Amino acid sequence: MSEFFTLSVLIATFASAVRLAVPYLLAALGETIGQRSGVLNLGVDGVMLLSAFGAYYAVIETGSHLLGIGVGLLIGVFMGVVYAVVTVNLHAKQGISGIGIFLFGLGFSDLLSQELVGAIQPIRKLPSLADLPLVGGVFEPLEDIKYLGELLFSHNLMTYIAFALVPAVTWMLNSTTFGLNIKAVGENPQAADSLGVSVERTRFAAIMIGNALAGLAGATLSLQLGVFQQNLTNGLGFIAVALVYFGAWRAKWVMAGAMLYGLVTATRLQWQARDIIPNSASDLAAMTPALITILALVLLAKRVRGPAALTKPFSRH
Amino acid sequence: MKRVLGASVPLGAALLAFVLGSLMILALGENPIAGGSAIIEGAFGSGDRLAVTAVRATPLLLVGIGITIAFRASVINIGGEGQIIAGALLSTIVALAIPDTPKIILLPLVMVAGMVGGGIWGAIPGALKAYAAVNEILSTVMLNIVAVQLMNYLLRGPMIDPIEVDGSRIPQTERLTDNAAMPTLVDGTRLHLGVVIAVLAAVVVYIILWRTPMGFRLRAVGHNPDAARAAGISVERNITMAMAMSGALSGLAGVMLVFGSESLRLVTDGSAAGFTGSAGFNGIVAALFGGLHPLWTIPSSFLFGALLTGATQLQRALQIPAALAVALNGLVVLFVVSSDRVGGWLEGRLNQGAYDSETAELRESAADDLEPEADLVSADDTAAPQDTVS
Repeated sequence: MSEFFTLSVLIATFASAVRLAVPYLLAALGETIGQRSGVLNLGVDGVMLLSAFGAYYAVIETGSHLLGIGVGLLIGVFMGVVYAVVTVNLHAKQGISGIGIFLFGLGFSDLLSQELVGAIQPIRKLPSLADLPLVGGVFEPLEDIKYLGELLFSHNLMTYIAFALVPAVTWMLNSTTFGLNIKAVGENPQAADSLGVSVERTRFAAIMIGNALAGLAGATLSLQLGVFQQNLTNGLGFIAVALVYFGAWRAKWVMAGAMLYGLVTATRLQWQARDIIPNSASDLAAMTPALITILALVLLAKRVRGPAALTKPFSRH
Repeated sequence: MKRVLGASVPLGAALLAFVLGSLMILALGENPIAGGSAIIEGAFGSGDRLAVTAVRATPLLLVGIGITIAFRASVINIGGEGQIIAGALLSTIVALAIPDTPKIILLPLVMVAGMVGGGIWGAIPGALKAYAAVNEILSTVMLNIVAVQLMNYLLRGPMIDPIEVDGSRIPQTERLTDNAAMPTLVDGTRLHLGVVIAVLAAVVVYIILWRTPMGFRLRAVGHNPDAARAAGISVERNITMAMAMSGALSGLAGVMLVFGSESLRLVTDGSAAGFTGSAGFNGIVAALFGGLHPLWTIPSSFLFGALLTGATQLQRALQIPAALAVALNGLVVLFVVSSDRVGGWLEGRLNQGAYDSETAELRESAADDLEPEADLVSADDTAAPQDTVS
């Protein structure tokens, strides 16, 4: 245990926590935007699985990580359109239609990976910026700064994008017309409608952006791991949905929740690698974020109010 | 007309899924007719296959009727996976603790243990929703994770097969006592007593929901919590009860998965689906397809059991991955939940312009026939009236 509490190991753990938090963060930020518009998307996990496979397959075929990320994003947008049609236009029950999206993603990504790839092929993992040709010149010396370098400058592109999105999403929701419209249709769609805001169009856009971020989350997951396999997410997308409640629909608190999951996972992996705890106890440790989330929900449920129109379809009649 | 339309919803959804499934098989470069016949052959081709189909359908049916109870009370139970695992764990612990108990006592005891395990796992999110306003979708999802990790811990640690400790350390229990095994009904097939128990359970759930005061209260709470409260019904207690019953039935499904299996032991591959085969989710599909009616869920589960069994044959015969069945299940859910409004729109078209009133009427009748009226998800309001929220 004592070897864990050395500065270098703690820094390494924290740095890997930052990376591990990225898929949670991206997916949960996307879900935050969707829920702020009044639409719950329980299908995040399925969307992530589809884009994780899409990104992985694109890298196998072309070798380009950027293209992989682009494919993941596009799959997210496409699934966003499907989900928006089902929930916004067809008024389907949101909790259950999300399960439909999840099952479809779970099955279809597995089907495609067996059909197109077969046995698991590892791909080149998403490189850190310091290892890239152009920006590497800037990041490489920074990465060599003792401790701080590893913590702040050793990450890949998606990590920086994800954390940069936290203030960006906050700004969008609070300071742009589009963001204010999103919150308006999530709180009081009737009022927003009477002021000339198109509830359906605003929700449609919010869902598409939200799913695009879920797509990025899936792409990041498979490219960071360098593999795709059946049910790669193992429920990560469902946790992302819970993080939105955990973070009380605020981007920065959602980020705190994502970091909690990243930190617990990183610590567990570190302890396992150093034989500090046996495998079986590591399973117990894996429960802690879920238990903390439930506890947080119990404490917050009556204190924090979500978007008033969350899960309620809108019609003028 | 409305009745006809109500019945056409699952049929339309099935037809659409059928068409899309055929297209997928076509896209994979195979003949859809060959694919379809492989599925039918695999699911119904022989007495033995029919038995396998019934066995695959059993957990779906148990989870499905449990889901029906919860949904009828306006609680969305996404926690089937965790409840199955909790039931399987507790029943396995009982079988490990008293293996020499005679079958006539041990078998019922194991089933009760499974229902208690699953019931507790369901009652927790139920009570959290009723008394602390915690969204049940989130708490059940979290409890799924807790259950999986608990299973992984127990099977890698305290409950591991003693042979595996120094061996390959496969996370599984030892072979459980034959005194707790589900008795086979037809020799030479896998058809076991669990199939009959599940069908009986569906009938019992139907009677409870529509022929007893308790069922009336559950449905009243689901239909309109405020009116139910005004009539003196405890919304909190009924929500907790609905979730406990729902969980208990999923827990019983977990018992079937362990004690109806050929290996007769609890094994984990680290994920929930590895043990449950996603029955906790597929049961939701079966229940929705059965119109959230316990009796209709019987044929519906059988159908989805057939799809799962048939998909295995599809893989064997045409090398089309069995995962196709899971993807189709997802599409069926999407079609069923989307069909309400499409149905209304179609009928409006048929009746030339009477769209609005027709939709309203249709929605009302659909709410009476098929689903609780109050929005399933927003039922948080029942536990947290708006004015208490700061």
